[in-house]
Amino acid sequence: MMTSGMFTNWFLPGIWVTIQVTVLSAALGAFIAFTIGYLRTSRLWIVRFLSGAYVEIFRGTSALVLMFWMFFALPLLGWQLLPMWAGVSALGLTYGAYGSEIVRGALAAVAPAQREAGIALSFTPMQRFRRIELPQAWPEMIPPFNNLLIELLKGTALVSVITVADMTFAGNLVRLGENKSAPIYSLLLVLYFIMAFAITRGMRVVERHARAGVGQAPPKKGLFSSRKAPVDNLTPADAASTGGTE
Amino acid sequence: MSWDWNVVEDFMPRFWDGVLVTLQALVMGSLIAFTLGLFWALAQRSRRRWVSWTVSGVTEFIRSTPLLVQLFFLFYVVPEWGPSMSPLTTGIIGLGLHYSTYTAEVYRAGIDGVPTGQWEAATALSLPTAHTWRAVILPQAIRRVVPALGNYVVAMLKDSPMIAVIGAFEMLGEAQAYSNETFTTEAITVIGIAFILIAYPASLLTRALERRLVR
Amino acid sequence: MSVENTPSTAAQEAANPAVDGSELIRFENVTKRYGSNVVLDSLCFDVASGKHVTLIGPSGSGKTTILRLLMTLVKPDEGTIKVAGEYLSHEERNGKLVPAGERHSREVRKKIGMVFQQFNLFPNMKVLRNITEAPVHVLGLSKDEAEQRARELLELVGLTDHLDKYPSQLSGGQQQRVAIARALAMRPQVLLLDEVTSALDPELVAGVLDVLRDIAHSTDITMLCVTHEMNFARDISDDVLMFDAGHVIESGSPEKIFSDPEHERTREFLSAVL
Repeated sequence: MMTSGMFTNWFLPGIWVTIQVTVLSAALGAFIAFTIGYLRTSRLWIVRFLSGAYVEIFRGTSALVLMFWMFFALPLLGWQLLPMWAGVSALGLTYGAYGSEIVRGALAAVAPAQREAGIALSFTPMQRFRRIELPQAWPEMIPPFNNLLIELLKGTALVSVITVADMTFAGNLVRLGENKSAPIYSLLLVLYFIMAFAITRGMRVVERHARAGVGQAPPKKGLFSSRKAPVDNLTPADAASTGGTE
Repeated sequence: MSWDWNVVEDFMPRFWDGVLVTLQALVMGSLIAFTLGLFWALAQRSRRRWVSWTVSGVTEFIRSTPLLVQLFFLFYVVPEWGPSMSPLTTGIIGLGLHYSTYTAEVYRAGIDGVPTGQWEAATALSLPTAHTWRAVILPQAIRRVVPALGNYVVAMLKDSPMIAVIGAFEMLGEAQAYSNETFTTEAITVIGIAFILIAYPASLLTRALERRLVR
Repeated sequence: MSVENTPSTAAQEAANPAVDGSELIRFENVTKRYGSNVVLDSLCFDVASGKHVTLIGPSGSGKTTILRLLMTLVKPDEGTIKVAGEYLSHEERNGKLVPAGERHSREVRKKIGMVFQQFNLFPNMKVLRNITEAPVHVLGLSKDEAEQRARELLELVGLTDHLDKYPSQLSGGQQQRVAIARALAMRPQVLLLDEVTSALDPELVAGVLDVLRDIAHSTDITMLCVTHEMNFARDISDDVLMFDAGHVIESGSPEKIFSDPEHERTREFLSAVL
């Protein structure tokens, strides 16, 4: 179906690049999600305002536009980024903003009485966050994080537009080289689907451990969770559950 | 950083061309997503197992794979055995199809959210099934789902630049072409700001809708 | 034990010899408002060290607000609160009294333990860790010391078999007994009890009250409780304060309040709940 040269020289490394971009931008996104999510619960209004502004700005713009801007505009301003890093930064910054809403929503869903119990035992605010609020909120975050991670995986295909040689980029090269498009694009779609499936299964395991670790029943079974794209208005109830949209 | 308003002014005609394409893609794409999504949601509730399973599988597959690759597929593969379509048409179908799998979930949750008492009341009044759907269930479900659908329109707006890769020159495509020709950065920055200026009020609007319509 | 519900005057102060340094909790002219609703109106009262004091009164009369003020969950609008001679609500900075910062209130608050109506155990921690978490991370006890202490307290509340369970696996009464052990593990000088039995099924109330009675009679801990269990109040209290509309309208020994109340409102209230 395609010459083995094209396949081994471009396509296999492309799969690896896709995995790298996913993992790196997920790591950056997670860091941002937890930092911004925590800052949005701050007692100082200026901290809340600035972290809120971050979320609105990066959710307001599109990951692709941001990536283009970093790739095409920044170098002309004298700031050359490797395409790979432009891609990873744009994805991490954007999906981190969505993730921070999940973190904030799950933290807000922890019963206020738990905070009061923490105060009654004289924990510092940081101790309350780390030992009481975060461990309780964490299992609630995993299903929406799963959805977000799959959106991120899909988003990594965008890096091909700024010349990062991921598997979509390799697919386009193969189409040009072989002049046959059906097999390669079908294969691409199936590969993304398998990766998304692997992420869902992996997150299911993480969720089971997390729930067991805080004395809750394991999650319901099912091949897939019902999913939503990252949308603008994650309410706490949304963030805390996978299903409902009301 | 130097900012040249002349460049911005020079870019503006092409900016509006791009906005027009973006709007077309968004409106047509939304219409497809809203209707096709409802169709998926109803088909998923079919009593014939093979129908509901096939639809669930297909929508899950579309939802789990990148829109970008789907656009390539529609643009390069489909014409090999089907109709050839213009870049914009392909983009509209791609956006509509991709987002219909999300709106299907929205409709499904909306339908599930109608209290079972409503079904029971309709049964007690001997309303035919089709009439129950049309007059009782869907009106209540739609009301609940409008804000969530609005969210997906905003999400679709942010994904619409992708159709530039198959040659439908919407806002970002115009900006990039312009920047390449002139070696300037203003156009892309203008687009970035334009996105925030459109997306932020739009998301405020859906939030307001949410407060008005839900419960 | 002394009570004034009008702004104190020098004369009243003189007539009130209880101010001898043994009071552990002291409210001075404390006012708390929520909007235009005055919950506590220039309230003064002391609780002497080692005493068991019960606050009774209709709901909305400000009893729970007193506990929440002591827990620094809310701040007074006027007046000051002292615990063991130190300001809780305020701190002295450059000779001036300013509202207390988080760090200062945390230090003073360590002398106070609280048991909540809804238990508020940490659902993510097993019973033993619920009790040891604060002693280890707030008081700086070693893990062994804290566990030793927790085991003793679990024995006191009769739950030694359950230390490896999560709160969700316990009955309400058992959870509340764990919560009592958790509060005591901090070795507080004062224990605040906020309607600790009202969220429990009736058959579980007795077990919790027995534990508290035991603690009241066998230790010298100071207790301040809000309760609707009049028999329990009669049994453990040295003093009973009757609240109405932000004021203490009557106070005295349980025998006196329950059998021979002076105030009309107290009589009405007691006939309604007894």
